[in-house]
Amino acid sequence: MTDTLSQYSVLSLYSAMAVYAIAFVLFTLDLARGASQDSAPVGEAKTVTVVPERRKLARIAMSLTVIGWLLQLAATVMRGLAASRVPWANMYEFAMTGTLIITGVFLLVNLKWDMKFLGSFVTGLVLLLLGLAATRYYVEIVPLPPALQSYWLVIHVFVATLATGFFALGFALSLMQLLQTKRENSVAANEKTRLGFLTRLPDSVQLENYAYRLIIIGFVLWTFTLIAGAIWAEKAWGRYWGWDTKEVWTFIIWTIYAGYIHARSTRGWRGSRSAWLAMIGFAAVMFNFTVVNIFFKGLHAYSGL
Amino acid sequence: MSRPSDHIDSKPVVDADAKIVNPNLGVVGWLRWFWRQLTSMRTALLLLLLLAIAAVPGSLVPQRSSDPNGVSQYFVDHKDTAPILDKFQMFDVYSSAWFSAIYLLLFISLIGCVLPRTKHHIEALRAAPPVTPANLVRLPAYAQLTVSGKSAEEVLEAARSVLKADRYRVARYDRAAGGKGKLKSAAAITVSAERGYMRESGNLIFHFALVGVLIAVGFGGGFGFAGQRAIYEGQAFTNSLIAFDSFNPGRFFDPVTLPPYTIKLDKFTAVYEEQNTNAIGQPVDYTADVTTQIKGEKPQKQTIKVNEPLRIAGTDVYLLGNGYAPTVTIRDPQGNVIFTDSVEFLPQDKNLTSLGVIKLPDGLSEQLGLIGFLYPTVSTGHSGASFSMYPDLIDPQLAFDVYSGDLGLDNGVPRSVFALDTKDMTKLAGRNSPLEAIELKPGETADLPNGLGTVTFDGVKRFVSLDIHRDPTQGWVLVFALTALAGLLISLFIPRRRMWVSVTENSDGSVTAECAGLARGDDPTLEGAVTTLKDKLERALGLTRD
Repeated sequence: MTDTLSQYSVLSLYSAMAVYAIAFVLFTLDLARGASQDSAPVGEAKTVTVVPERRKLARIAMSLTVIGWLLQLAATVMRGLAASRVPWANMYEFAMTGTLIITGVFLLVNLKWDMKFLGSFVTGLVLLLLGLAATRYYVEIVPLPPALQSYWLVIHVFVATLATGFFALGFALSLMQLLQTKRENSVAANEKTRLGFLTRLPDSVQLENYAYRLIIIGFVLWTFTLIAGAIWAEKAWGRYWGWDTKEVWTFIIWTIYAGYIHARSTRGWRGSRSAWLAMIGFAAVMFNFTVVNIFFKGLHAYSGL
Repeated sequence: MSRPSDHIDSKPVVDADAKIVNPNLGVVGWLRWFWRQLTSMRTALLLLLLLAIAAVPGSLVPQRSSDPNGVSQYFVDHKDTAPILDKFQMFDVYSSAWFSAIYLLLFISLIGCVLPRTKHHIEALRAAPPVTPANLVRLPAYAQLTVSGKSAEEVLEAARSVLKADRYRVARYDRAAGGKGKLKSAAAITVSAERGYMRESGNLIFHFALVGVLIAVGFGGGFGFAGQRAIYEGQAFTNSLIAFDSFNPGRFFDPVTLPPYTIKLDKFTAVYEEQNTNAIGQPVDYTADVTTQIKGEKPQKQTIKVNEPLRIAGTDVYLLGNGYAPTVTIRDPQGNVIFTDSVEFLPQDKNLTSLGVIKLPDGLSEQLGLIGFLYPTVSTGHSGASFSMYPDLIDPQLAFDVYSGDLGLDNGVPRSVFALDTKDMTKLAGRNSPLEAIELKPGETADLPNGLGTVTFDGVKRFVSLDIHRDPTQGWVLVFALTALAGLLISLFIPRRRMWVSVTENSDGSVTAECAGLARGDDPTLEGAVTTLKDKLERALGLTRD
């Protein structure tokens, strides 16, 4: 029973990856099509109405992403059922649940704001992480070691992953913001630019606002993760804070994003500089998830990764 | 922290310029200049980023606080660089002078920023909303409606009550007609409204709570203690300084404050996975059944598990490790017992091959040292060497290497009970020695080499290592941390904004109401709020149905 379920889980995950791959191609084509348009003046970027047929690709890609997400959801749920616990107790499962949440946040945000232009980034990142996890870090289901048997595993890890989802989108928006600023400067100086595909995207100020709004949600969730982790650490290890490598990096990430939020209201730091901070912050998140987990020694390293 | 939009960040710079002209800045002047630099937003931001960078090395190099063995190993592996790194306190990053300097400066900067803001905020809380701007159309969010059949006063009153219902603080300002030509403006009656003062309150609460966390953490370390003790089944531990295997008191710790109680380990149960073929032998559960007794009270049966520490008399007792303690009896050639005890063996691998040492300084014709290997479930590999293939006690076997000579116990140098210094000793039994290692199953007895006596393997008990802590301020740390979280939520998600409604009478007898809004801080809902205000006003005036 357990074996069958976990096999179906793997099958479902591979199907999801195939669907994401198609979505990725379509999202990218949609972005590239924007490039064939002439660069519109900066001021107009906000109000450019998009020709419906052009966005057909993005709409199909979006539908595919939803299908992929449902397949991945099924895969994750089956993995959890097969293991009779939450499906986030090792690297493979972190990657599976983490990318599910990143895509979930992306789909959720799209209900509010049109962010299809981030589709390439999101599906690309998710594919990369899932591919790595499935080929390098796949492990059979094993029971939880005593140290992980706590409801805090459910809360602490889930919220951390949710925060990662928001930070990921914040990263992508900040990257777009930097490119957009570059394009806007070129347009203003009447120079040629190869960033024409950004014409249809919101202007850099708007991108910055979007990024900020998503990142502050991520920051609150991260703060909660940090506190919940300290409460759990007190119960499991006998101290709420001990500068374990993972704790150090959680702290570093928190500090970088705190800096980002402050940068928004510091003269000379708004705009591109704060965008760089948002990107460094997410790089630290990814570093924490990959390099720290795999190569650093610490209490958060549990058997089988 | 983000400043309110009406806070003038640049003012000090102007002052500083003025003082450069004057060569007599003086000590006070310089101090003031330094203080302004320190409490400026830019400095705070740089310190924050510096703190993030400064925290990195502690994750790259092992730290004495969290991984003391790693530090020792580092000194062995990097003989040249380790002392240099040590000079820069790289093995104590988080208590180092440079790390402390950064966060202390950051917190001073923070306090220097927060205090004036608190004053500013308290004044704002008492003040009425500001006078309505003359030209509302210029504001970022704007809407207007024209009403006939209502007087200006009626419309304004409706606007006032709508704003009040939305929990705005409201003030009325009337404006006489004025200006000339294009700038000419009609007489208007207006309300000015402001809401979201909690945004700044939350911001200040967040920053004060962080200071609280820092102070609580600082004090907690000083008054608390942490001690470790291993006990085997049937053994009791009395909470007093001498009973600990290791003890780390805080700076202000007073041993008198150790609460008197005993903890006796009745039974330790480890459950290992038996079904899942991918995880045979993986630990699934550890439970320590203990009897605790606080002095003067009745004994109590309790359990300690990995995620369920025992809270007793203001201290916390954690189950951090476990292992086997084989019971061994050693007799001299006449059959007199010279040693009998359960000895804690340290686990060496996941199948709990365990290593322990027995030292026999007295009672035999020469000093003996025994290095023991316990295999809970013994098996023999191709090379003939024994190993354990399962962590539970299915077929335990105890093997001893025997050394004779000087144990080094008489010269007063402290020695680890878990290690045997064989430098001045001769190997009598074991690999590369005249005799094979002694191998025993439970209940068996074997002769020691050279007719020195006998050794008996009576059985195996389990032991647990307990961590006993007290951190009197950890509750406070939690309270401040949660307060900070609450403050953060309020300061990031409650919009602070000003709204104005200006009502003018038109020449045809109708009345025009202009609604406008201005965000203070990030506010994605401003435009919606102004539209909603207009809609509500229409509804209040009976222009549209609900």
